[in-house]
Amino acid sequence: MIAGLFKFNGGVKPDTHKNESAQTPIRTAPMPARLFVPLRQSARTTARCIVQPGQKVLKGERIGVPDEFLGTAIHAPTSGTVIGVELHTMAHASGLGTRCVIIEADGEDRWIDHHGFDKVDATREDKLAWLRDCGVVGLGGATFPSHIKAGRGTGIDTLVLNGAECEPWITCDDRLMREQPADILAGALILQELVGATRIVVGIEDNKPEAIEAMRAAVKDTDGDITVTAIPSIYPAGGEKQLIRVLTGIEIPHGKLGADFGVQCFNVGTARAVYRAMAFGEPLISRVVTLTGNVEQPGNVDALIGTPVTDLIAQARPKADTNRTLLGGPMMGFELPAQDVPLGKGINCLIACSPSLFPPPPPEMNCIRCGACARACPADLQPFELYWFSRAKNFGKAQEYHLFDCIECGCCAYVCPSHIRLVDYYRFSKSEIWAREREKAAADAARDRFEFRNERQEREKREKAERLAAKAAATKAKLAEEAKAKEGESGADTGAKAGEDDAKAALIKAALERAKQQKAQVQAKNTDNLPPGVEAQIAEAEARRQAELAPEVPAQDTPPDAPEKQ
Amino acid sequence: MFTSPFVRKPASVQQVMFTVLVALVPGVAIYVSQFGPGIVVNLLIASLAAIAAEALVLWLRKKPVGLYVTDLSAVVTAWLIALAFPPIIPAWILILATVLAVVAVKHLYGGLGQNPFNPAMAAYCLMIVAYPSAMSQWPPAGWMDLATHWQHIVGGNMDAITGATPLDAMRTGVRGNATVHDVLQGNAFGVLGGAGWEYIGLGYLVGGLFMWWRKTITWHLPVAFLAGMAAISGLFWLIDSTRYASPLFHLASGGALLAAFFIVTDPVSGASTPRGKLIFAAGIGVIAYFIRTFGAYPDGIAFAVLLMNICVPLIDMKTQPAVFGHKGSNGGAS
Repeated sequence: MIAGLFKFNGGVKPDTHKNESAQTPIRTAPMPARLFVPLRQSARTTARCIVQPGQKVLKGERIGVPDEFLGTAIHAPTSGTVIGVELHTMAHASGLGTRCVIIEADGEDRWIDHHGFDKVDATREDKLAWLRDCGVVGLGGATFPSHIKAGRGTGIDTLVLNGAECEPWITCDDRLMREQPADILAGALILQELVGATRIVVGIEDNKPEAIEAMRAAVKDTDGDITVTAIPSIYPAGGEKQLIRVLTGIEIPHGKLGADFGVQCFNVGTARAVYRAMAFGEPLISRVVTLTGNVEQPGNVDALIGTPVTDLIAQARPKADTNRTLLGGPMMGFELPAQDVPLGKGINCLIACSPSLFPPPPPEMNCIRCGACARACPADLQPFELYWFSRAKNFGKAQEYHLFDCIECGCCAYVCPSHIRLVDYYRFSKSEIWAREREKAAADAARDRFEFRNERQEREKREKAERLAAKAAATKAKLAEEAKAKEGESGADTGAKAGEDDAKAALIKAALERAKQQKAQVQAKNTDNLPPGVEAQIAEAEARRQAELAPEVPAQDTPPDAPEKQ
Repeated sequence: MFTSPFVRKPASVQQVMFTVLVALVPGVAIYVSQFGPGIVVNLLIASLAAIAAEALVLWLRKKPVGLYVTDLSAVVTAWLIALAFPPIIPAWILILATVLAVVAVKHLYGGLGQNPFNPAMAAYCLMIVAYPSAMSQWPPAGWMDLATHWQHIVGGNMDAITGATPLDAMRTGVRGNATVHDVLQGNAFGVLGGAGWEYIGLGYLVGGLFMWWRKTITWHLPVAFLAGMAAISGLFWLIDSTRYASPLFHLASGGALLAAFFIVTDPVSGASTPRGKLIFAAGIGVIAYFIRTFGAYPDGIAFAVLLMNICVPLIDMKTQPAVFGHKGSNGGAS
């Protein structure tokens, strides 16, 4: 059991704005005419499309299959016709496109035949594969495939359920915990079994008393070791590493995972999706998303993956002065590059903005090293130092000061009295360092190629030499054999040594023969129509050459075509 | 298109500086009650000089004049200079000091946030080296009306009324083989330090606590400075209390309390890490004591601050706090 709560340093307390959207129950979003289901849902991989334009699909039918290690399946969110598989702007700050399966809904919303997981003779691997085939990924925002996280082998004793939801405005997890606590806990118990944890700890920020209450009530109906813990509402308490710190006291360093320290963390929404997948065979085709901000009717809707964001925002009836849409919370979210992007599995919140609600940042002033950022930093960094180094493009120093421990939570920029957009400086530095790493990697690859080529040439030369040596040895053996045979004919009982000498002598003789032939073959060229004087000179030279040729005897016992020793 | 975070705390440099000015008010009020309203005139003159110099340099540097002049940082520098200088200092020295602080110490290094030295203290050092006699003319405690004060600051006729400052009296007295006890009988001394000044120091203490409560400053700097000064003076006092004044005397005298809460707390030129702040401020306290007791100047805080300013990059570099997950405790060892 947990003795008490731990603290992480820093953090901020922005206005929560949770009440706006937390008051009404989750509604089901109406079916859009067309769904744009992105094939890229899980972290860093794109599923392989298995449907053709024109093909009819049923709700829950698989349309994308995982190819790679981190892949998960993608399913049709409703029944209808595939009308295209093409690039569509994705919900990413870059505004780049991703391949989407466009489905025209037929309005029948007809399910494919589906059933819960058959536990008879099922191994753990079967269960994980089932989760993968149901397309279950983390719904907290990172969309990391759940079957990978749950498939982490041994050594995990604590399963942390993340219901902190620390970003302002967002209430989808809050509503889910209030309305479906039993489903969430059922999913948590499945995950607990998969990771082999002995206990479950649910962390919920104390500004969600109803959710805490509902979850605690639901725990009474289970027989697992489940603790629901209210944690202080300090952003970013919902960051995985911060939450683990608060609940267990463990600080997970950059580059390490919770699993390395015996803790595995899942979002509450993910747990519910796991339950739906295992109990009913329902793939992950919808999620709860908060619609809030500058709208008449803020709230949470259960929306199909692939629903255009425009349709969702329209649900909440944005006010006239709405000028843009934020995806995610205001601390770490981003401005949508286009309004027609589809809902992805990781999108938890859409905030309509107006200039008065989210005013543009005041002009940036000079850093006065007041240290407010350092006091707010949950990673215990010195953000202003990183800022100076980033500004000076002193990336080595920035790394030395742990730039990559920055989680870009935005606390530093939030508190900065000089209104410096600190996180942007870190993003810049990080991207520059990555670019340089790539350049270095490319240079290293080029050098490796060059060295490999040299080595290959050396090797070829060596192999050729070895071949020749082998050939020479074979010739030598053959000659020796012949010599032996001769000796045998003559009946002499000379020993092996004599035979060897004979072989040598034969080789020398053969070599001499060859050399003589070569030299004899050499003829002076361009000797036609020469003046008599020159002809005489040539004749003289030729005579001299022939004279030199006669007494020549090589002093070595190796054949002339034997290579030099390498 | 903007990037996250999209919300920010309604904080600004202007607010930070305004908090500092508000925190100085109790000290100034007591100053007026002890020495007359003349200090307000000095504050005004220094402020105007600082704003004018700031605006001019910003204009020359093609920076947004309105944005930076209204950040109040120049006014804070001006107030600290006025409060650190003798109240009857000729106006032209005050103006020269302020202009030098703003133009040379701040803007020649790049303006707000870029100066390696504390502008007010650098100006103080320049002036005490350049005009030692004018800079050592301190009036004795007692109400001085505005007209008299005005004559002093424009006319510079002050010899008749000034006396030695407590720190100066102590230094020269002890060197002349008088005991600390004897020296303290002089009329320059009040309850703890110089007559009148201990109350002003109390005002600064109140302002400092206010800034701490508003989180404008952390406890590290004032506490380490006062502790450093108390420790070194206490050590000498224990060795020979007839020749070395008590720690309380040192803390209550000269600019100790003004420095503790308003000078060493300057974030721009000071150390920034928690441990670095302790080293930086304690260093100032110790060096200031040595200059006060054994040096040529009555109060060594300004020189001590500049000396420690030089060490700030090294201190900060060597005292970087452990990063989350790299602390080697709670199983979070990396």
